[in-house]
Amino acid sequence: MSGSTHGHADAPHAPVFTGEIRSRLEALFPQYPTKQACLLPALWMVQEERGWISEPAMAEVAEVLGLTPAYVKGVVTFYTMYHTHPVGRHFIQICTTSPCNLCGAEAVMAALLRETGCGELGATSPDGRFTVSEVECLGACGFATPIMINDDFIESVTPERVAGILQGYK
Amino acid sequence: MGYPHPSHPKETPVLSKHFGEAAARTYDGWVERGGYTALRKALGMTPEAIIDEVKSSGLRGRGGAGFPTGLKWSFMPKGDGKPHYLVCNADESEPGTFKDREIMRWTPHQLIEGCAIAAYAIGAERCYIYIRGEFTEPLTVVKAAVAEAYAKGALGADVFGSGKRIDIVVHRGAGAYICGEETAMMNSIEGRRGNPRIKPPFPAQAGLFAMPTTINNVETLSAVPHIINRGGEWYKGLCLSNPKSTGTKLISVCGHVQRPGNYEVTMGTSMRDLLFDMCGGMKPGRTLKAVIPGGSSVPIMTAAEVEGCLLDYEGVVACGSMLGSAGMIVMDDSTDMVYQIWRLARFYAHESCAQCTQCREGTAWTTKILERILAGKGKEADLQLLLDLSENMTGKTICVLSDSCAAPIVSGIQKFRSEFDAYLSGARQPALAMA
Repeated sequence: MSGSTHGHADAPHAPVFTGEIRSRLEALFPQYPTKQACLLPALWMVQEERGWISEPAMAEVAEVLGLTPAYVKGVVTFYTMYHTHPVGRHFIQICTTSPCNLCGAEAVMAALLRETGCGELGATSPDGRFTVSEVECLGACGFATPIMINDDFIESVTPERVAGILQGYK
Repeated sequence: MGYPHPSHPKETPVLSKHFGEAAARTYDGWVERGGYTALRKALGMTPEAIIDEVKSSGLRGRGGAGFPTGLKWSFMPKGDGKPHYLVCNADESEPGTFKDREIMRWTPHQLIEGCAIAAYAIGAERCYIYIRGEFTEPLTVVKAAVAEAYAKGALGADVFGSGKRIDIVVHRGAGAYICGEETAMMNSIEGRRGNPRIKPPFPAQAGLFAMPTTINNVETLSAVPHIINRGGEWYKGLCLSNPKSTGTKLISVCGHVQRPGNYEVTMGTSMRDLLFDMCGGMKPGRTLKAVIPGGSSVPIMTAAEVEGCLLDYEGVVACGSMLGSAGMIVMDDSTDMVYQIWRLARFYAHESCAQCTQCREGTAWTTKILERILAGKGKEADLQLLLDLSENMTGKTICVLSDSCAAPIVSGIQKFRSEFDAYLSGARQPALAMA
C-alpha cells in the first residue's frame, strides 16, 4: 500500500530528476520520437515521488523536456489524476457515476466522508491521513461500488465495509 | 464467461475462456493454452493476406463505433517510407463498460499477440497501449506481460526469428474520459492536453506524431489471434442474426441485475436471454424499467424495446438504440430516471474538454437545468429547452462527447416524460437541494 509523501506548498523545491529517477526518465526517451511525449510519464514520476505536482516541479519538468512551464501547467490541469496541491497520505477516489449510483454509491461516499473524518469532498482529514474525492466511472461497473485508495483498486465496497478497509491505511 | 460468475451454457467463450485463471497471465501459461501460434503463423503470411483474413471474418471495432477492422487496416498507406504506428485503446472509461479491464487483467498475452499481429499487418514497428490511469492492476499485469514477451522473443528487434521488429510501449493515462476518443488519445500520447482533433486528416493519413496510425480497441485486437488461428470463415460463422454482425461480443452488464458481469455471446443473442437468464433477471420483487445498452452514450431503451431485441449492431439500432461498446446499464422500477439522466449529464459536463462551445456550454447547462427540475424549481418550458439544447449539441462538434450527452436526455424525455412532469408539477418531492 503506497502512501503519498507529504509536501508543503511553500517548501523550497528540491529537484526530482536526479540520479536514479533521471535515469529512469531518460530510459523512456528512445520509446518516443519526441521528448514532449514523455510528459505524462514524467509527471507521474513527480507525483510518485512528491505526492503532488507543485509549480516549481512543473518548471523542472519543463526544463528537462524542453517545454515551457506554462505549457506543462496546461497539461497537468487537464488531467484529473495529477494533484496540483498536497493531499492526504491516502488519497481515496470513489466512483459515483450512474452504474454505481444505481447500486448505492452515494451511501458509500457518505460513509467514507464520515469514517475518514474528511467531512466533505476534496478536504483532507485533520490528521492528514485521508483526502476523499469523487471520480467519474472507474470502469468496474459490475463490481459496484469500486474505490481507489492510492494505487489500490477495491471492488464491491458497501457502507458496512468502509471502516474495516480504512484500517489498512494508517 | 460471465466473469466473475461461471460460464453460462448460452455463452460462447472465445476471448473470455481463460478469465479467472491466474496461470493464463504468464507467457508459458498462455502458450500452454495455444497462445502465440497465431503470431508465428501471421509472421509467415503477407500483411495483405492478414488484412484479407480479418476482412473476411467480418470483425468490427469493439470500442463502440463498429467500423470494419480489416477495412480500417487497409487504409494504411503502403511503401510510403514513413514510420507507422498502432495504438491500442485501453482507456476504457465509458460508463457501464468494464470488459477491456478483464481482458487485460486475465489474458494480457492475448492482447499482446493481437497487437503484434495488427502492427505487422499495418506495417508498424511500434505499438502504444494506452491504459487509463486508474487501471492500476491491468497496467501492472500488461507491463509484466510485455516484459515477458520481450524476454521470450515474441517482441523486439527480431520477433521469433522472423527478422521483423515489433515494439510495444505501455503508456499510462492520467484521468480523462475524452482520451478514449482516438484523436484525443494521440494528443495525450504526444504529451498534450487530450483535445480531440478535427478530421480530416484521418489517423491513417496523419495520426500519432503526424504519421500513419491505426487505433483499435482492446477487445478488437484480442479477437485477431483467434481469427488468424481458426480462419475468417470460422469467425464469420459465429452469427445468429445478420451477416453484418459476426463473432462474439463481450457484454458488460451492470446495475440492477442479480449477476452483473461480463458475458461473451455470439452476435445476435437475445437481449432478454442475456438479462433474464444469464444475468438472473432483476432483484426479487423488481421489474425491468430501462436499459442503456451501449455504454452511457446511446439512447435509453424501455423494457418494451428490450423484448425481441437482438444483440448485434443492427439489432439494437432497430430497437431504438445502439450496441456501442455493449456496456449495459440495467435499471429496475425503483429507478428515478430524471435523477439518473442528470447524473449522466453531470458526467459529460465533467468530462467535456471544453474545446467546442456547443459541448462546453451544452453539457453544463443541461446539467444545471436537470438539477433545477430535480430541485422542484423546474419550469414547464425546461423540457423543450433541454430538447433544443440537445439538438444544438448533436452533430455540431469535433467529437461525439456532446452527442453522447444529448442521447440519454432526448430519449429520456421522449420515453419517460411522466417522470419529468411529476417533478415539474410538484407531484414528486424534490430529490436535490439547489445550491
